[in-house]
Amino acid sequence: MFARGLKSLSIASVVLIVGAFALVFFYAPNDADQGFVQKIFYLHVPLAIVALCGFVAGGVFGIQFLRTGDRSHDLRSYVAIHISLILAVGALITGSIWAKASWGHWWVWDEPTLVSFLIVFLLYACYQPLRFAIEDPGRQARTAAVFSITAGAFVPLNFLAVRLAESFTHPRVLSATGGSMPGEMRLTFLVSLAGMAVMFVTLWKYELTSKQASMRLRALKRRLADEDDRWVPAGRSAAPQEL
Amino acid sequence: MPALPLDDAGPYVAAAYLVFLALILIYVAIMASKLVRIARDLDEVAELIERRDETRSGAADESAEQPVPR
Repeated sequence: MFARGLKSLSIASVVLIVGAFALVFFYAPNDADQGFVQKIFYLHVPLAIVALCGFVAGGVFGIQFLRTGDRSHDLRSYVAIHISLILAVGALITGSIWAKASWGHWWVWDEPTLVSFLIVFLLYACYQPLRFAIEDPGRQARTAAVFSITAGAFVPLNFLAVRLAESFTHPRVLSATGGSMPGEMRLTFLVSLAGMAVMFVTLWKYELTSKQASMRLRALKRRLADEDDRWVPAGRSAAPQEL
Repeated sequence: MPALPLDDAGPYVAAAYLVFLALILIYVAIMASKLVRIARDLDEVAELIERRDETRSGAADESAEQPVPR
């Protein structure tokens, strides 16, 4: 069900990511203000954008689960949030490295963009413990869906609030005021963003396929073991256990 | 702050890209370990099927050996 197109997506993500990195180091010019260290921008910003979009996607799948009751949407939501969390960790670490190189500090607490991203990350860091805390699979899926919708709605609101707030140090990307980039930089950024987005979808489908395979295998094992009365139920898990 | 010279900026850029690479590699390694678990479960299922088939063929042999009542 989930494995369709995985091979071509894998090839596309490798080509796009390698192409983007080649553009970053051999095509895009050095920034006049920040110099070579600005190359982190092509990694940090796509990581942050794709992570936030993944969180919103998790909320959309949560809505679909509550509307249809189809457990595969719960699995889709869970995996989207899981991979977004990994990318968000990447965005936080690379952002910190960039901050140290250009501002002289690993973290700036009075900067709304940084703090709001950290709040979103910490909010989603509660998602897996929340799931793990609920043993009943049906209740776990419903509660997780409500969480993903509420937190998913918070992401664009948070983004808007940060946009409206006055920025002190963090630059604005692709905005009318401070984000106009030369053509080479813009192209490199767009290829990096596309690469990151395709990589997200590839990893998402990869994990969905793996989870579906282990669920089917578990169901098969249960059916066979039931005949021998040897079935040992699986322990509590944050991940959905069956479709 | 003024732009860092290439010699000073290089390690920061390298560190950022290495962090990304490390995250992806750790993710792939965890997924590979899950794949190993799936392969082990598959072996277990195959063994269960084999054992079930043996039990069934054993039961069939026993019923075939019993004398037919006249």
